Amino acid sequence: MAKRQFKIWRGNKNGGEFANYQTEIEPGMVVLDAIHSIQAESAGDLAVRWNCKAGKCGSCSMEINGKPRLSCMTRMNSLPANETVTLQPLKTFPVIKDLVTDVSWNYRQKEKIQPLKPKPRDADGNYRMMQEDVDRIQEFRKCIECFLCQDVCHVLRDQDQANNFVGPRFMIYLASLEMHPLDTADRIPTIRKEFGSGLCNITRCCTEVCPEHINITDNGIIPLKERVVDRFYDPVMWVKRKFFGV
Amino acid sequence: MTTQEIAVGGYSKGFSQTHRTDRWWIGPLLTFLGFSSFIVYSTWAALQGNHYFYGSYLSPFYSPLLFVDPSVTGGASLEHAWFGGWPSWWPSFVPASPAFLVLAFPGAFRFTCYYYRKAYYRAFAFTPPGCAVTALPQKNYKGETFLLLFQNLHRYALYFALFFIIILFSDAVQAFFRDGKLGIGVGSIVLLLNATFLSCYTLGCHSFRHLVGGKLDCFSCDATSSTRYGLWKRVTLLNENHMLFAWISLFWVGFSDVYVRLVSMGIWHDLSTWGN
Repeated sequence: MAKRQFKIWRGNKNGGEFANYQTEIEPGMVVLDAIHSIQAESAGDLAVRWNCKAGKCGSCSMEINGKPRLSCMTRMNSLPANETVTLQPLKTFPVIKDLVTDVSWNYRQKEKIQPLKPKPRDADGNYRMMQEDVDRIQEFRKCIECFLCQDVCHVLRDQDQANNFVGPRFMIYLASLEMHPLDTADRIPTIRKEFGSGLCNITRCCTEVCPEHINITDNGIIPLKERVVDRFYDPVMWVKRKFFGV
Repeated sequence: MTTQEIAVGGYSKGFSQTHRTDRWWIGPLLTFLGFSSFIVYSTWAALQGNHYFYGSYLSPFYSPLLFVDPSVTGGASLEHAWFGGWPSWWPSFVPASPAFLVLAFPGAFRFTCYYYRKAYYRAFAFTPPGCAVTALPQKNYKGETFLLLFQNLHRYALYFALFFIIILFSDAVQAFFRDGKLGIGVGSIVLLLNATFLSCYTLGCHSFRHLVGGKLDCFSCDATSSTRYGLWKRVTLLNENHMLFAWISLFWVGFSDVYVRLVSMGIWHDLSTWGN
């Protein structure tokens, strides 16, 4: 057992400050355990959102020593032992209280996206998909909507482009629809314009922080950007479409 | 989403602000030093216009040789040029170096490469310098929609890069022959590795991955899409190591020029079966 020092931001949308705490750390504890200890011992009103404690619900996202992470999946022994642990709410979203942010902006983005529009069923009334056609989009379905990728994306975080860019989470959602073998909808024009694919400069921070290890950039965003190129920027593709209809 | 006040969440405004305690700046710093070194060296090497040829070794910076000036020290003879002697119309204020006729093409491929974009946006443009590190403030961030719109034409740079692979493999094969005699030297291996690394980098390109099969929604619909699926899977294997091959091939292409240059200058001795 060892005592560890914590610096936790306390406040609400009007402001706040860092408060210092300390608690005993036992082997195997994660940051969320430590927060619960602090709540029990010295800060009963400390707000933190959590649910499954198994890295699957995406509720306990916060910034730990400056990095967007899930507090339930960050082991205390993975943090430098001699350093104070700094805990902050996600920077990109408005603070509700302490470590809890209002992530409802993300749900409004999702509502804007045209859902799956499947092609007609086969003659026997079934839909058929081969495994190789769905393998690619299965990766995107691992997303737990923790919004760490949204938080770390500098386009949303630093460049104030929330009205023009949906963020990495919804780029992979769009990719999962666009690459779906049954889907017939055409979202490419909206991906370029309303959802702002050109604002992403592929610096890959979203991929680096994803707790589900989804290769957001290489497998989701870049393939979408290439589809946008096919449609809007490649002159040869334009000629093929115009004169040969392909 | 609303704009937050300066103190909310404990975040300070301003370039490179972060609460990260790790050495996040090492990656961008190494990238900056690596790219800067390569740019300085390759520009210097291109400006020289000499010592780019030895025996049957041709520096990749000078390949393909469109025109040559046979009087240059360490240069190739006329028979190696695609179009003969150095053109009279070449402006006198531009150094007469064959490298100037070719370097723009691989340069464009690397500049618009999806991996390199990440690397230089972080290390040179600071947008952002690191993850969760405040980016350089921009009044009206445009991403790749305005001045950087040309990044969307990466695939055209790819087409040239694919052509260069064929040429560089041809150079590598020629490096195993000298005066019609089959042999092997350290330079042969250096140039063969150069073409191999560049192939691994080029064939792992994101645009190539898209064009060979990634653009399809159905991989199983017909024989053609099944074939393209097979290609896409192979390209994906290379694509997963795109960063690795980007750096290895960058280093090796520079080293290949250094090797040919120093052997041509007589500073290094090329061990070979030809014995000279």
